[in-house]
Amino acid sequence: MSFEPGRAETTKVAAAEEHAHPGTRTYLRIALILTVLTAAEVAVIHIPALEAVMVPVLLVLTVAKFSLVVMYYMHLKFDSRIFTGVFVAPLTLAVGVIISLILLFKVLPKYNPW
Amino acid sequence: MSHAAAADAHHTSTGLPTWKIGFWTFIGSESLFFGTLISTYMVYKGRSLVGPYPPDVFSIPLTTLSTFVLLMSSLLMVLALNAVQRGDRRGSILWLFGTAFFGAIFLGCQAYEFTHFYHVGLTLQTNLFGSSFFILTGFHGAHVMVGIVWLLILWVMALRGQLGPQDALKVEIAGLYWHFVDVVWIAIFTLVYLLQ
Amino acid sequence: MAIAQATTHASTKPQTGIWSWITTVDHKRIGILYGVTSLIFLLIGGIEALLIRIQLMRPEMSFLDPDTYNQLFTMHGTTMVFLVGMPIAVAFFNYIIPLQIGARDVAFPRLNALSYWIFLIGGLFMTYSVIAGIAPNVGWFGYAPLTSAQYSPGPNVDFWALGLQILGVASIMGGINFITTIINLRAPGMTLMRMPLFTWMAFVTSFLLITALPVFATGLFFVTFDRAWGTNFYNVAAGADPMLWQHIFWLFGHPEVYILILPGFGIVSEVIPTFSRKPLFGYSIMVYSGILIGFIGWGVWAHHMFAVGMGPIADAFFAASTMIIAIPTGVKIFNWLATMWGGSLRFTTAMLFAVAMVGMFTIGGISGIHHSVAPSNLQQTDTYYVVAHFHYVLIGGLINAIFAGIYYWFPKVTGRLLNETLGKWHFWLFIIGVNMTFFPMHFLGLLGMPRRIFTYPAELGLADMNMVVTIGAFIQAISVLIFLANVLRSVKRGELAGPNPWGGLTLEWAIPSPPPVYNFTAIPEVRSREPLWAEPESIEKQLKEASPEGIHMPGPSFWPLVVAIGIFLSMALFMVDAWWAPLVGVLLTFFGVVNWAFEKN
Repeated sequence: MSFEPGRAETTKVAAAEEHAHPGTRTYLRIALILTVLTAAEVAVIHIPALEAVMVPVLLVLTVAKFSLVVMYYMHLKFDSRIFTGVFVAPLTLAVGVIISLILLFKVLPKYNPW
Repeated sequence: MSHAAAADAHHTSTGLPTWKIGFWTFIGSESLFFGTLISTYMVYKGRSLVGPYPPDVFSIPLTTLSTFVLLMSSLLMVLALNAVQRGDRRGSILWLFGTAFFGAIFLGCQAYEFTHFYHVGLTLQTNLFGSSFFILTGFHGAHVMVGIVWLLILWVMALRGQLGPQDALKVEIAGLYWHFVDVVWIAIFTLVYLLQ
Repeated sequence: MAIAQATTHASTKPQTGIWSWITTVDHKRIGILYGVTSLIFLLIGGIEALLIRIQLMRPEMSFLDPDTYNQLFTMHGTTMVFLVGMPIAVAFFNYIIPLQIGARDVAFPRLNALSYWIFLIGGLFMTYSVIAGIAPNVGWFGYAPLTSAQYSPGPNVDFWALGLQILGVASIMGGINFITTIINLRAPGMTLMRMPLFTWMAFVTSFLLITALPVFATGLFFVTFDRAWGTNFYNVAAGADPMLWQHIFWLFGHPEVYILILPGFGIVSEVIPTFSRKPLFGYSIMVYSGILIGFIGWGVWAHHMFAVGMGPIADAFFAASTMIIAIPTGVKIFNWLATMWGGSLRFTTAMLFAVAMVGMFTIGGISGIHHSVAPSNLQQTDTYYVVAHFHYVLIGGLINAIFAGIYYWFPKVTGRLLNETLGKWHFWLFIIGVNMTFFPMHFLGLLGMPRRIFTYPAELGLADMNMVVTIGAFIQAISVLIFLANVLRSVKRGELAGPNPWGGLTLEWAIPSPPPVYNFTAIPEVRSREPLWAEPESIEKQLKEASPEGIHMPGPSFWPLVVAIGIFLSMALFMVDAWWAPLVGVLLTFFGVVNWAFEKN
């Protein structure tokens, strides 16, 4: 890793933000929700009745877990929106890459008239 | 926000720590890296000409366990940051080590999984599944490895009393890295293991 | 502020000697290193082009054998894109951005040095393969499965895949550095919408760097692992789809086109207002169109792949998105024209190159629109029509802008003006040469001359036009030699410039030429978009009243060089037939990073 927090760049700002960050109780609650969501994910693939909606349900649960970690553990919910911006813009492109490659390789060939 | 800038001896336009902006940008960049790896796995899903295929080798209980361990390591990481910010030296030492230790358990599970796959005949060269699976999860594992080394360095600093509240940003940035590796795994767990 | 992290005791005096350059973390020196290095690579890439043109001068020539020809066109493309186009833009970013936004350095000065050393070592690594006669020979886009060990058993492709992997690391780090610098180190009062347009375009370019390069890195890793470890990513026999590489490559490759051209847009947007004595017309539209180009630039990549048979739905989508991206680009062209309209124009060499850029880029843009029409594209693809198109874009658009930028900012960097008489010779010969070289290529392509074929039969009737093209290429070469003579002469004996020789409007013209190590005695407070036109007294007063006493600048460090060597080895040692070899580089990188992190000043 080429990044190391600087010495003279102290954390005055981070310290000033500290009170805005959630406390231990919130962190524990999020951990509990994450555990429940993971259990739900594993349960979904084992319940035959849910087979038809398995993919969307799993995707929703995954996005929920992803968002919880990013918003609470990585503090994006509480921090400056600049951090959200420099992360979410590339993240959107990454999701776009995944979706468009799946479309191009898996979905569109089925609709090819010749 | 200008008051924060004024409090600092040097001027910044946003009052935000420069390292944190840079590191979030780096995480954004990493998203594209893992995005392409995941895309490749998804595109090649179901295209292997010979086995073993995913259902032949995956053990959902084991992977669920390692996923849970990695999630809990993220909890320990935020506790470590809290402890460092409060100047709680014992807490810092305990939680930093705990995070690294949970990361090591995750890597141990992965090593076990890889060895097991190897013994049932799945290698990098076997088929498209083997190539795309090992390279995707291998790069993720390498990221976990880097994170563990990083956390252990911070842990040694904490042991020596060199990690006070003034160093919280260092821990926060290590934490951002660690959580990012965790969220990548959240995506991999669903897209690779659960959606077979 | 991050700059302070490696603080030494007010090392504000310029240092001298080779060691001071090796350990420098000063953005201005790193900018100069980037600029000089990429100009040297420009000469190498230019010589490669001349050799290609000698071979194509007459039908059925045997000046080059087919394999050497393959190596030369591959390395000409690779050199010009990765070792000239990108780094020369980074040279401008490095030197100009901190000066334009009123900063003392970039956000991460040592990371900046690291980027440069990785770029230099990666460039030398790739260039070595040319000298040794084992250069990459698969085209600059290295289509799978030609790059596999089965079809390319020699080390040639390794130099390409690993070299580009190394260069990519430098570009990503550079992108992160510039994004952070622009977000966090702007002078007080310089809101985003007061930023000079060059800085804005650098900002957009940096986002493209950090997003497009990781995609490319992944694709290159697959090439390397296929070759070194026998994975199957591009192994058709194992069911792999070679289209995957094409998609990954162009997912990177098209944003890369905008990585190359947006800095050119930025430079021209500084030069034209200065020499028209008019603020940039439609500043906010220019900003938004730049952002839009960066964004839509991510949705057009497969127009490079119409000929491979993606099906009508994908073809239609990418044709439409490609036509749409012409709109924000056209907006920029018209805004430059509107900036000049009614201005008091001064046709210095810098302005001439900027005006030429607007015209010639438009020609390249129009032939680009021709490509977007998928059926027409099928006729043009892999012919010289395409070669004509992207040379008009990259020489007409980028290189003209780079020359404009060099004539414009050379006095800031050296304190001396480039000679205008030699400059005019340079300009006119260059423009004549470029158009003689590339305009006939449109016709050659439509008449059926294919790309990347080392010769052509006399019966095709293409000989005369090819002769004109080759003569044009040599005229370009002569003009570049005049330029180099001008630079070498003017560095020592050029006319003294003073702080603001052109009556420029942005902050870099408020400080002495060349700028002191610390750039600004005080960080000025800005209240407008054109500080040196709207509020010159206020800026001057702020700078005059402060003294450089007690300014802390980052100290020199040689750890960036150590880490750069480590990163280089961790890639290059994939060429050694031992799975653990790259780990040697990883360990050296780790050693360097730890020492860097704990470096005491």
